[in-house]
Amino acid sequence: MDCKEFTIAENRPLTEKVHYLRLAGDTAAITMPGQFVSLSLPGFFLRRPFSVCDRDAGSFSLLVERVGDGTALLHTLPAGTNVSVLTGLGNGFTCEQSGDQPVLIGGGTGLSPLFWLARELAAQGKRPVVVLGFRTAADVFFEEEFCALGICPVLFTEDGSAGRKGLVTEALREYDCSMFYACGREGMLRAVCEATHAPGELAFDVRMGCGFGACMGCSRPTVSGMKRVCKDGPVFRKEELLWNA
Amino acid sequence: MERLNVNLCGIELDNPVLAASGTFGYGLEFAGIYDINLLGSFSFKGTTPEARPGNPLPRIAECPSGMLNAVGLQNPGVDAVIRDELPRLREVFHKPVMANIAARSPLEYAEAAEKLAQQEQVGWLEVNISCPNVRCGGMSFGADPKAAAEVTRAVRAVTKKPVIMKLSPNVTDIAEIARACEDAGADGVSLINTLLGMRIDLNGLPRGPAHGLAGL
Repeated sequence: MDCKEFTIAENRPLTEKVHYLRLAGDTAAITMPGQFVSLSLPGFFLRRPFSVCDRDAGSFSLLVERVGDGTALLHTLPAGTNVSVLTGLGNGFTCEQSGDQPVLIGGGTGLSPLFWLARELAAQGKRPVVVLGFRTAADVFFEEEFCALGICPVLFTEDGSAGRKGLVTEALREYDCSMFYACGREGMLRAVCEATHAPGELAFDVRMGCGFGACMGCSRPTVSGMKRVCKDGPVFRKEELLWNA
Repeated sequence: MERLNVNLCGIELDNPVLAASGTFGYGLEFAGIYDINLLGSFSFKGTTPEARPGNPLPRIAECPSGMLNAVGLQNPGVDAVIRDELPRLREVFHKPVMANIAARSPLEYAEAAEKLAQQEQVGWLEVNISCPNVRCGGMSFGADPKAAAEVTRAVRAVTKKPVIMKLSPNVTDIAEIARACEDAGADGVSLINTLLGMRIDLNGLPRGPAHGLAGL
């Protein structure tokens, strides 16, 4: 973990609710897809955690959905704004056991950490399948960016207005999945686990306090006791998880 | 820097800055960021006789005045803290630490206090009495001078180390509670535990922690 100042290099809308941000600075502590960063925003007590969408030596990118006052402010910050960022938070996805055809499943902005993961898996010579789910056509984003990696995603919308009608879990029945990686709302993650016998890793998105394991604000149950999503996660293996009733 | 020295119940501190219980875990997380020996000391996460999982998520909610929290005293239990956390802490923190304890009965408070007081690293016992007293219908020990005094006496009886009672502000007369603790043998009071609060969206449902009422 590191605490560094970054400068917003890009901040542009992808949809009415989702922005793409790229922040320039020292990314050395960001080492694995699945990790997250935590941004300090002026006027707010708590930092805001976001999965890293992608990174290079001099910048990282985020996909930020406007869900409240903090993210609304973040959408307005122009290029050139300096932001304090905690980097290198959390664990990451495990690529080594992915097998040859892993399936990556993202719901909405849950696709964010899967982008770098897809790029990494492809670089290792694997053939990842990316499945993205959205509510409706107007919510769809990042399809072209995945295609630019050579991995055009299988698209689902709940109302069928783009791609296939239905939920992302249906895709699991169609692929001989060596392993899955998923990120999205807890309901989706649970449904994914129930839809396949394949091993998998899931990245959780929860409200956080400190973001690095001190406050116990983000713990969830596992077979080996309560685990902090920020420190022991955000990525957990399917077999570790216990689900709230 | 010598002007910052203070004496807290007979123990010298380099400075009067102590991180409060619940904000600092058992020290290890912050030790990865800076040398925590810069602090005078800190009060570690509230520790109960048995392990507790804490409340369901969400446990925290930001609000204009700060942060509401209803963590629910998640901790591994006193035996695991002594076995696992304190040895790790000893590697990175070389000062007396304040041991915060919570429990459901005076007997349980005494049990936790006695075990932690025997640890050389522990300088003070800080006793969280904002816990429900199930014998009194769940009202907190800290809301009743007699109950607060009973807990104080129970802890006092098992240790010669300083006993600091952490008081609840959610009471009518906190001074009366403080006096009751002092008369029962407390060496000090810690002010204050969290204030009850709730965050509500006027357009919809409560947006605070899952627990409903939380502490500010």
